[in-house]
Amino acid sequence: MSEAGTSAVHALSGMGSGDMPTAHVASRGLDTSHGVVLYLDGISVSFDGFKALNDLSLAIDAGELRCVIGPNGAGKTTMMDVITGKTRPDTGRAFFGQTIDLTKLTDAEIAQAGIGRKFQKPTIFEHHTVFENLELAMKTDKRVRRTLFARLTSEDRDRIAAMLERIRLKDSAGRVAGLLSHGQKQWLEIGMLLMQEPQLLLLDEPVAGMSDEETERTAELFLSLAGSHSLVVVEHDMSFIEKIARKVTCLHEGSVLAEGPMEDVRNDPRVIEVYLGR
Amino acid sequence: MSAYPYTGDSTLLRMFSPASWLALAAAAFVLFVVFPLLSLAVAPDSGFHVSAYWVTLIGKIMCYAIVAIAMDLIWGYAGILSLGHGLFFALGGYAFGMYLMRQIGREGQYQADLPDFMVFLDWKELPWQWWNSDQFWWCALLVVVVPGLLAYVFGYLAFRSRVKGVYFSIITQALTFAAMLLFFRNDTGFGGNNGFTDFKRVLGIPITTLEARVTLFAITGAMLLGTLVIARYIVTSRFGRVLSAIRDAEARVAFCGYNTLHYKLAVWTLSAVLCGIAGALYVPQVGIINPSEMSPANSIEIAIWVAVGGRGTLIGPIVGAGIVNGAKSLFTQVLPEYWLYALGLIFILVTLFLPHGVVGLLRGKASR
Repeated sequence: MSEAGTSAVHALSGMGSGDMPTAHVASRGLDTSHGVVLYLDGISVSFDGFKALNDLSLAIDAGELRCVIGPNGAGKTTMMDVITGKTRPDTGRAFFGQTIDLTKLTDAEIAQAGIGRKFQKPTIFEHHTVFENLELAMKTDKRVRRTLFARLTSEDRDRIAAMLERIRLKDSAGRVAGLLSHGQKQWLEIGMLLMQEPQLLLLDEPVAGMSDEETERTAELFLSLAGSHSLVVVEHDMSFIEKIARKVTCLHEGSVLAEGPMEDVRNDPRVIEVYLGR
Repeated sequence: MSAYPYTGDSTLLRMFSPASWLALAAAAFVLFVVFPLLSLAVAPDSGFHVSAYWVTLIGKIMCYAIVAIAMDLIWGYAGILSLGHGLFFALGGYAFGMYLMRQIGREGQYQADLPDFMVFLDWKELPWQWWNSDQFWWCALLVVVVPGLLAYVFGYLAFRSRVKGVYFSIITQALTFAAMLLFFRNDTGFGGNNGFTDFKRVLGIPITTLEARVTLFAITGAMLLGTLVIARYIVTSRFGRVLSAIRDAEARVAFCGYNTLHYKLAVWTLSAVLCGIAGALYVPQVGIINPSEMSPANSIEIAIWVAVGGRGTLIGPIVGAGIVNGAKSLFTQVLPEYWLYALGLIFILVTLFLPHGVVGLLRGKASR
């Protein structure tokens, strides 16, 4: 990302990546007084006898950027489904902040509470323009009656324009999103997530199909978001993980196999055995 | 119609392009001035006279066009294909038909206080469904509330259980079929398979005079234009953009924080209410309502009008309802036994060659 772009990102996120994160996150209404933004406790999910998640416990700190790796079928996507309310766990609890029990909320309520999710396959509104995609994602009153009579304020337009700048789609604002390149769609989806102003972002394979340059810029974006946001990134691209990783969790057969700094996890013999290969 | 600026909300003025507003005004002029004058003020032997036959036929097709717009809102925009919309249309028709039956008074065959079919069944008093049915306001209320409430309850159960796609379509088809069987029964209290007919008056005015027909025609025209304007407002509002987003990627809409159940339920219920009103306007014009209006084939035909005209265009469904029903009244006069074959052929041809319908074809030509 260019120098100007990076500083714009910092200006928007309100701070550099090095500041103390907790206070900023907590100031937006979520109770993270113990420094934990997401707490999964003994989550199990089974589909027709297959245990997709097996007594999974995980804690994400406020402002943390956590990478989650693991072989196919390890439960990475199911974990995101549980956090976002798409799948209900058979047992276990999932807390957002100190007080919000995610297992009792609908997907829309969880999104409103401040969790944004990027899908594995870029999921945008293909028949809407880029501008409209961001408009629909924007944090606002999303009840039917308000939406029916909603008007874009000039402040709203500024927010959308700033985001268009940030995700480098300013020139495509009026284009139908389905016409964007794969990498641009990924960025648009990330932009939509950020328009929701979430505290926690779940990103499922965010750089799949991106060019090297786009991947590079995505890494910079995520690093700039960490601190003011908490991020959970699921990725198979190890070079991308190496660029952004601080703490890494390796899942295997539905529970945590190893967790710690990148170096430790990479050298863990069990991780090498099941995932990285000898 | 996609000419509205991508940054734009619909305000009342910007909702249609200036050319479209002009076309609307022209349509209003024809419906409310030209047509009534040609019908009432021009001598019947003049070549310009519009006869009662045409007033009724076009009035009837305008009722269908309202249904087609209602269908386009849920199918073209929200991506929910209902194959049971004939039910809501018929319920509106029955609700208003009750009032028309009561307006007959003692002028029926049996010259009794009760509607003829009740005398025939040897009933001594009005069943509970008919309470207050001699009041115009009450029946007008039922026209809106009965289809609306049924759609709300049915929609809530179906959408909450995340019934989607072809499964939803099949359930709506079953719903209208079940209702048809129910209304065929004499015990249901709505005249069994004969339904309601032989209407005499509405609000005390004789219903078969040309003046009454032209008045009903103009009211139907006003309702059609009103429906078009309301629908256009909806689809150009943010609410409309959420609807088409639900059609394309419902999970993403939910993860954006929208409760998609509420959105689907709102447009579904509105669509049913519009159908009910269209049904209520239809019955006094054609002079009959019976359970065959609820037959599954009728509801499928509604979907065909929309497909022929062009889904997601609002104007297309009006065109489609006109083309298909125009062809239908032509066929049923000339080659009645071949109509269903012709309808099937139209549907196949449109599906194969005109995925965006007639209006899509015209727009494609215009933009080329």
